[in-house]
Amino acid sequence: MTTDRSRRDRPRALPVPALLLASVAVAFFSLPLLGLLWRAPWSALRTVLGRPEVRTALRLSLQTSLLAALISVVFGVPLAWLLARVEFPGRSIVRALATLSMVLPPVVGGVALFASFGRRGLFGQYLDRWFGIRLPFTTAGVVVAQAFVAMPFLVLTVEAAIRQLDGRVEEAARTLGAGRWYTFSRVTLPSIRTALVAGAVLAWARALGEFGATITFAGNFPGRTQTLPLATYLALETDPDEAILIALLLIAVSFGVLVGLRDRWLGAAVPGRSKQVPS
Amino acid sequence: MQPIRRSLLALVLAVGAVAGCGGSDDGDGITVFAAASLTEAFGAIGAAFTAEHPSTPVTFNFAASSELATQVIEGAPADVLASADLANMSRVTDAGAAAGAPAVFATNHSTIVVGAGNPHGITTIEDLADPALVIVICAPQVPCGSYAAEIFDRSGVSVTPDSYEQNVKAVVTKVALGEADAGIAYETDVRVADEQVDSVTLPSDLDVTAQYPIAVTTASAAPEAAQEFVDFVTSAEGQSILASFGFTAP
Repeated sequence: MTTDRSRRDRPRALPVPALLLASVAVAFFSLPLLGLLWRAPWSALRTVLGRPEVRTALRLSLQTSLLAALISVVFGVPLAWLLARVEFPGRSIVRALATLSMVLPPVVGGVALFASFGRRGLFGQYLDRWFGIRLPFTTAGVVVAQAFVAMPFLVLTVEAAIRQLDGRVEEAARTLGAGRWYTFSRVTLPSIRTALVAGAVLAWARALGEFGATITFAGNFPGRTQTLPLATYLALETDPDEAILIALLLIAVSFGVLVGLRDRWLGAAVPGRSKQVPS
Repeated sequence: MQPIRRSLLALVLAVGAVAGCGGSDDGDGITVFAAASLTEAFGAIGAAFTAEHPSTPVTFNFAASSELATQVIEGAPADVLASADLANMSRVTDAGAAAGAPAVFATNHSTIVVGAGNPHGITTIEDLADPALVIVICAPQVPCGSYAAEIFDRSGVSVTPDSYEQNVKAVVTKVALGEADAGIAYETDVRVADEQVDSVTLPSDLDVTAQYPIAVTTASAAPEAAQEFVDFVTSAEGQSILASFGFTAP
């Protein structure tokens, strides 16, 4: 880490080709946003954002995406650790499975969720028969759809971080008498804190923007399953101006969190050293 | 399980329409944006049209009429728009995106769609008020959703759906999958998904008739070929194909 820092601190002449290409990338990312800002009917801002259905969708989006991110952390971190640290047969298959939903078109993911967790699904039929639990068309279904597409982002990020850790430090802790859990929580986890936060934020952002799997599996009902992306999509059908404003609201929320988190957690954090307390 | 598997495939196709907009305007071909309920009938019409006009291949984009109308207004490369209601076509003509007055070429009837064999014994619109049933209808923006709202309104029955779907195919598919118990769709959609769903015909006072207008877009790069397609749809041959899929004449 020290070499990395000293290298970063030394000023250098900027390589022009890289700068040019990077500018194209920045323009590519920012132009669509500029387009939205340019098209937005600002005079209608207060009317649209004040609408109860928009606020309901925003609240639902925040609740479900945070829950999906939490689920991703709870189940994703152990999986990431397993993939990084434990040799077992079929590990590459498990890894492929764990990241499959990243490459699946979300709609296909939604169909797969029907086939598995639907009322007539492979597993869902027993959920319904034995426990009376139905996921399609419920808020829980939204969280399931979001977690399904979001968790791989956390798993991949955290697994990469654990792999980069020097395994000998963990081994040393173990030989000094620390148990598996103690080693993980006191040695491994603090060292990957940055990656963990980054992975959780990525998963959250992906969950917040989830559309295809949600509308397929959870349907669309205001207050129950209509998240902001769904509200945006349906508004686009009749009132593109309103859709643009809702889209900007979604972007503002994500952008605010991403910028805020980067400064607080990711930008300044030096892995494994100073303990930063979130305020 | 076979019907379920087919429904899953249909679902991919139905929702895939959401993502699949556009199409190419290269060469002499035309792109037709058509209501989701026209998927099968226009597929057949397209094949018959191309057989007569080999130099004019037809590409379709099937989705909710409301979605298509927005796409056309936003300048999507469509040559022809066929909507499942007059309201969304009006949005297009009001925006100056339709060339000439739209012509109504078909009508369709709304119906209650239930699982094959009607497992919940639904016989009237009142039965849909049962909160234990999972009911799906189209979103109010989508033609089939406004028709459903009108049906509920006329019958005075208060139905709280579990989901407002983005197009009529999504409604039928969710009933076919067994994930929803009933929905409001068009008779033609039920006929297409024959093995997996049944329909409960509405009494005549609740029979909301869907009107299908068609128009060439002002943005069309091939207005003549587009007009030929429109003429074909309204021709005797086009009408008989539509009738074979259960559409009624205007």
